[in-house]
Amino acid sequence: MKIDAKGMHYRPMNKIIRDAVASGEKEFELDNIGGQRYIGAGLNEKVNITINGTPGNDLGAFMNGPKIIVNANGQDGIANTMNAGEIIVHGNVGDIIGYGMRGGKLYIKGDVGYRVGIHMKEYKKQVPVIIAGGTAGDFFGEYMAGGLMILLGMNGKSPLVGDYVGTGMHGGVMYIRGTVDPYHLGKEVSCLELNEDDVKLIGGYLKEYCEYFGFNFDEVMGGKFTKLVPLSLRPYGNLYVY
Amino acid sequence: MESQLPAEFIVNVDHERCRKCKRCVMNCSFSAIEFKDKVIPNNKQCVACHRCATFCPENAITITENPLDYKDSYNWSPEIRKNILKQAESGGIILTGMGNPKPYPIYWDHMLIDACQVTNPSIDPLREPMELRTYLGAKPESLEFEGDGSNISLKTELAPQVKLDIPIVFAAMSYGAISLNAHKALAMAAKRMGTLMNTGEGGLHEDLAGYTDRIIVQVASGRFGVTSKYLNNSALVEIKIGQGAKPGIGGHLPGEKVGEDISKTRMIPVGTDALSPAPHHDIYSIEDLSQLIYAIKETTDYKKPVSVKIAAVHNVAAIASGIVRAGADIVMIDGFRGGTGAAPMIIRDHVGIPIELALAAVDERLRQEGIRNRASILVGGSIRQSADVVKAIALGADACVIGTASLIAMGCRVCQKCYTGNCAWGIATQKPELVRRLNPELAADRLCNLLTAWGHEIQEVLGSLGINAIESLRGSRERLRGVGLNQEALDILGIKHAGIGQ
Repeated sequence: MKIDAKGMHYRPMNKIIRDAVASGEKEFELDNIGGQRYIGAGLNEKVNITINGTPGNDLGAFMNGPKIIVNANGQDGIANTMNAGEIIVHGNVGDIIGYGMRGGKLYIKGDVGYRVGIHMKEYKKQVPVIIAGGTAGDFFGEYMAGGLMILLGMNGKSPLVGDYVGTGMHGGVMYIRGTVDPYHLGKEVSCLELNEDDVKLIGGYLKEYCEYFGFNFDEVMGGKFTKLVPLSLRPYGNLYVY
Repeated sequence: MESQLPAEFIVNVDHERCRKCKRCVMNCSFSAIEFKDKVIPNNKQCVACHRCATFCPENAITITENPLDYKDSYNWSPEIRKNILKQAESGGIILTGMGNPKPYPIYWDHMLIDACQVTNPSIDPLREPMELRTYLGAKPESLEFEGDGSNISLKTELAPQVKLDIPIVFAAMSYGAISLNAHKALAMAAKRMGTLMNTGEGGLHEDLAGYTDRIIVQVASGRFGVTSKYLNNSALVEIKIGQGAKPGIGGHLPGEKVGEDISKTRMIPVGTDALSPAPHHDIYSIEDLSQLIYAIKETTDYKKPVSVKIAAVHNVAAIASGIVRAGADIVMIDGFRGGTGAAPMIIRDHVGIPIELALAAVDERLRQEGIRNRASILVGGSIRQSADVVKAIALGADACVIGTASLIAMGCRVCQKCYTGNCAWGIATQKPELVRRLNPELAADRLCNLLTAWGHEIQEVLGSLGINAIESLRGSRERLRGVGLNQEALDILGIKHAGIGQ
């Protein structure tokens, strides 16, 4: 199904998409998208949505299955509490992407804003993955409780990541291609070197990532990565008196 | 460090009557009773949960407060001294459970309800129908009809509504804070009584799948167990911003409570802390709140009312106005005496404002702004009896929520140790041997009895007020009078002092 979204409000547009998904439509191409919110929100079927233009906030919120390709920049709140599916953005995105994300993949070609991957969590085989090719703002992975984040810094901008990286982190893992000044780290995080398993793990995801965006896989993997993990699964365990 | 803390309670065992059946030893979940030839209490461990005393077949156990005969000081009360000792020994924040126990004024007890005499006859609820039915959800500005004669239908498109047979809803208490058996009891009672229970922020256990049309599902900052299925399998969705017992403070389910089943429901690994930070990190403004409200509405195809729960704080009226304008269908306000499974004592006892004043201020503000119809108002924290419900509705609430009262009905003795996970009554615990002490069927019967009794009492009061529907009482502050309140409190409550007529 092709929708020309020029001048359309998100509410009727998303209703058309929901109704079409309910009646079995699998392919969507949305043209002239300009800030319409909640595209793909709450959809449970494995449909493909191609977005030409910049979608509005909360793209793929509570989403559980679809694959969304954005041929432009994205805005805030992408993959909010997403359960499964894929979102691929050929550009930069805004703040709080991947909030409470519990599964699926979010691949961003360029930079990501503030508070990315906050409260991401995993459960058994359901492990959410966020990969960003550029740099990130403050509070990267704050309160992170599970899942995997990779930040590549391919555009050479500095600093690679903002302040308070992983503040309150108590699960999951982050890989940052480059070094992170300890000044930028939250106090609940420790920095490690990568081992073979780490290289294998990120290599699998990055191969797919590089294919989407045309990055050179060997060049990406050739960088020096820093691994960030939480110091404790219970960062505030001793704060209270019983 | 050796503790200098004195025992809070003394367990007295009448050894003459005791026949050494050891039932008390088996029932104590706080290790406060041992058996060595005879029953020996360990007073320092006793929390006064009264499990032993209740189950002693000989009534041989009594529990008394330890009369700490410290040198008397009104200023340095024994409690303050004990708290200092606790902190001097640990360096930690003092954690507590249940609602604020401090002697702050309870405004419910300073309001009296009107009744009819002679000139405006009362109604006998035994003979006349008395309507308690309440609909939660946004109401239209006006109603338009189409058709004519006997064929008239409503033209106005209504926002989604949830029907309550009684204007009392069970409060948000998560699976984690309370046991699955307690959750089951609440769900069963809600279904039988035509009201609602609330998941709190802990996700929905699969055993409750049959009750989803009677369940409020909560979305809080941790987003535990929140999926599109969870949002759609509900009566309504509630965004939790704050809680009366701990305004501005997040939730924290300690890792030791996150066992296999909780892990599955919250969708986090076993043994990790379940942290719900104080703010939703994607909500920093009314516009951000609106964004989440509409993300939920999009996900539920605009079929579910969306509620926003906040703690009663100083600026509650303006915040509530923002919430309504952000698109919420229900505003839930939780007063500072509301309960909790765990909160820092300093917050529980010193932060927030009474629900009576908050409710009056919010209802008045929404009326002044002409947007009162756009959202229902739910209030809680703490509603202790049916009279509180009647007074709340007269002040402007659509319905009330009860947390602590429902726990007491199930067996809770308000010992305030919910946060320890050792609840001897099987309510605020995840230990299987304790959880099975609470029979969900029997607990549901007790809850239904409580609501049935309150329902009858509310009908009695409506009858004495000469009205036959709770709808006629809603916001009718003229039917309330204040006693022992200063003018400022009367003005905020919008009521006259007792003794003043029409």
